[in-house]
Amino acid sequence: MAEELKVGCARPTGGLVGAEEEKQELAESTPTSKGKEMKSMIQVGKPAPDFTAPAYHGGKFVSVKLSDYLGKWVLLCFYPGDFTFV
Amino acid sequence: MSIDSVFVHKMWNDHELSKMVAGGVPFAMLSDAGGKVGTAYGIYNEEMGVETRGRFIIDPDGIVQGFEVLTPPVGRNINESFRQVQAFQHVRNSQGTEATPSGWRPGKMTLKPGPDLVGKVWEVWNTKMAFD
Repeated sequence: MAEELKVGCARPTGGLVGAEEEKQELAESTPTSKGKEMKSMIQVGKPAPDFTAPAYHGGKFVSVKLSDYLGKWVLLCFYPGDFTFV
Repeated sequence: MSIDSVFVHKMWNDHELSKMVAGGVPFAMLSDAGGKVGTAYGIYNEEMGVETRGRFIIDPDGIVQGFEVLTPPVGRNINESFRQVQAFQHVRNSQGTEATPSGWRPGKMTLKPGPDLVGKVWEVWNTKMAFD
């Protein structure tokens, strides 16, 4: 399922799936009154934003894509940082 | 998922978490440098430059069924997350014909919403049933 990553000196990065197209669309659209895109919470009942992210799993560095887990229940947890006690 | 690199994830797992959980963390520890994913999910704190404690339940169709967000100093309740997933699974298996009342756990009664149940929930369910 997850593709193994080559380990080099560059830190592996991920991002939102389809983010490049979105950026272009934003550039073409008119800015909001505040001149900045409004930040909003995602909504229940709506699709979860798809992404790819580098990960450490089972002793390996891999790339994980959320949409690879379609067909399964996913619990996606964010936290402030490694070694942050709780 | 946090803003830490996968290298830091490895250090944390190998040197601390594997001492709490035999074999180490059994699931993928994801890295979100720059908080791009956290921003899309609305839980990235730009001022502090970290993700807050967001937890999202995503169903097999990729739909967000629920989420919870806590500030950093308070940890989650994993049992409650499991309970919610079990409830969403039950509702999904019933193809939406059943609903799980407050405090539902597997084995407890569900409700079947419909015209006959309007105003009659008090006859079949009481508040004591919300507690374990």
